[in-house]
Amino acid sequence: MKRFSRFLLWATVCAVFVAVAVSPAISADNIKMGFVFSMTGGAASYGVSQKEGAQLAVDQINAAAGSGMQVVPIFEDDASVPQQGTNVYNKLINGDKVAVIIGPTLSNTAKITNPIAQQIGVTVLGVSNTAGGITEIGDYIFRDSLTEAVVIPNTIRVAKEKLGIKKVVLFYGNDDAFTKSGADVFRKALQAEGIQILGEQTFAKGDRDFSPQLTQIKSQSPDAIICSALVEEASGIVNQARQLGIPKNVRIIGGNGFNSPALMKNAGEAAEGVIVGAAWNISSTNPLNVKFVEDFTKKYNHPPDQFAAQAFAGVHIAYQAAKVAGTADGRKAIRDGMLKIKGMDTPLGKFSFTEGRDADHTPVVLEVKGGKFSVFVK
Amino acid sequence: MNLLAQQLVNGLFIGSVYGLFAVGYTLVFGVLDILNLAHAAVFTLGGLSAVWLVQAAGMSIWLAFPLATLLAGGLGLLINAAAFAPLRRRADSQFSGLISSIAMAIIFDAAALGLFGARSVRFPPGTVKVHVWQIAGVTITSLQVGIVLVATLLMVVLTLFLQRSRTGKAIRTVAENERAAMLLGVNVSGIIAFTFFISSALGGAAGVLYGLYFDSLAPDMGRSIELKGLAVIVLGGMGSIPGAILGGLAFGLSEVLTVAVSGTSNLRDAVAFTVLFAILLLRPSGLLGRGKLREA
Repeated sequence: MKRFSRFLLWATVCAVFVAVAVSPAISADNIKMGFVFSMTGGAASYGVSQKEGAQLAVDQINAAAGSGMQVVPIFEDDASVPQQGTNVYNKLINGDKVAVIIGPTLSNTAKITNPIAQQIGVTVLGVSNTAGGITEIGDYIFRDSLTEAVVIPNTIRVAKEKLGIKKVVLFYGNDDAFTKSGADVFRKALQAEGIQILGEQTFAKGDRDFSPQLTQIKSQSPDAIICSALVEEASGIVNQARQLGIPKNVRIIGGNGFNSPALMKNAGEAAEGVIVGAAWNISSTNPLNVKFVEDFTKKYNHPPDQFAAQAFAGVHIAYQAAKVAGTADGRKAIRDGMLKIKGMDTPLGKFSFTEGRDADHTPVVLEVKGGKFSVFVK
Repeated sequence: MNLLAQQLVNGLFIGSVYGLFAVGYTLVFGVLDILNLAHAAVFTLGGLSAVWLVQAAGMSIWLAFPLATLLAGGLGLLINAAAFAPLRRRADSQFSGLISSIAMAIIFDAAALGLFGARSVRFPPGTVKVHVWQIAGVTITSLQVGIVLVATLLMVVLTLFLQRSRTGKAIRTVAENERAAMLLGVNVSGIIAFTFFISSALGGAAGVLYGLYFDSLAPDMGRSIELKGLAVIVLGGMGSIPGAILGGLAFGLSEVLTVAVSGTSNLRDAVAFTVLFAILLLRPSGLLGRGKLREA
């Protein structure tokens, strides 16, 4: 009896050894992807949506791959702060030995964490960073989220074409990096299109009373109000503009900060007609997108947003890069595979990377209609 | 001309909310010679609880507004009982009361954060039916008119109450001389508690009106009005109720005109507080202050 139990013990130990020795051999065919999303903290609403989009993509890829290369996802929470992002990056790169990292949610975090991955040579694919200076960190850093510098000029061009706007007023928050750089891009785009800027007004973070500025704007009778603001202030501006009697045909045109359902929730009726530039459009008839929206809604019981769509596309792009490279763990080969992605079909549209490893696909212009974003047709 | 008129109207509305807030502030100061620094937190809780009453309990704003005002008044009683009354007989109770009212403010802020969350909240659309009037090119909404009317009404009622009613006279007696009031048979601690009730109720009412007008309430909204309220009562004259109203309007107008002229809101507070500084240098008792008279 005693001998038998000793045999069992040894058998167990051997089994464990074999399992440990064999498992890397199995996982060599499977690609380990690290996901760094803000699941808690200030950006939690974005991060949760991203995780849903990514999980859907992983499930579908694995179901379709059969005995081929499977995706092993490792989800981590950066708590919306760069310090936690740094810890998570170190764990994923050195501990889990992931082949590629998708994330982080915030540009602010990316600026701190991405140099870690760049130094070791791990590909990072940002799926929501839109600020400048992200892909400039190094040649391992990519993103599939369109930057403000791409979206805004397109918005202005389309708005000019369809509305014939000639003179506008620029209204922006001048104490925030995101809204300020958005205003710079707007200004440049307006000049490029030959639209006259009648004047500029600014506000500060946390302002609630915008009526003095809006009264000035009203007196200049612009064709449209160009506004760079985060959704909190944007809602107040839209609301108070209509309260002050700025007519509905004077459209309010916003940047990425406006691109949130919170705008309609906060401003209600006043949000109707607001024009927003975006990277993705839920009602696009692109078959891949129709399927994505259907599957997502079925799985989670609510429609996806842009963050989910970009995360979903990101998983497919990274997987495609590994397939092109013919490896699941060659970090350098996967980076080279990323560079070879050209005109790939995604729910975002035909997707390529620019020379600077930024996203390249057609942006869309949306307008608020009946309390929802739909494609701007006039 | 239209432009200037519209800006003056804008200033009048925000100014009347500042005035209402400052009247409550200055009332406690006038009676007790102490500053209640939890006043801004009561303002926040008044506004947030009105949102809660409308949104979660499904009340009409006409019911939620008085209820939130009463609730804010109740908070005033709590402030008095917890932060001021226990210290009143001790030496230096003015300073220690000031400090303990800061503690109450922190407790109230944390309560607001815990109860209502960090995000800004709004009254549901259609809480107040808004009509828009165009008068000689100036746009005025029924909401704005309502805010000014309610603020004016409350201030008139308060003034009449203080001048005519028995309790009002008792409050003024306590303000003049606590010991004499006591000798005349006035229930001093009761009057003080009542003063806190009225003061906080007015602060809460200002919070509701502020929330209705800007359609955005957050647990930190008291912070933006706290210093302004102080500046307003210094500007108008500490302890003077007409002064607080006048100061509120002057402050509101100066803010709006600064933004209108400079095209940016960065200078808004700078100009307002520079005016305050100048008043302190030139007329330390404020516009309508009674100066040193009362202490004589």
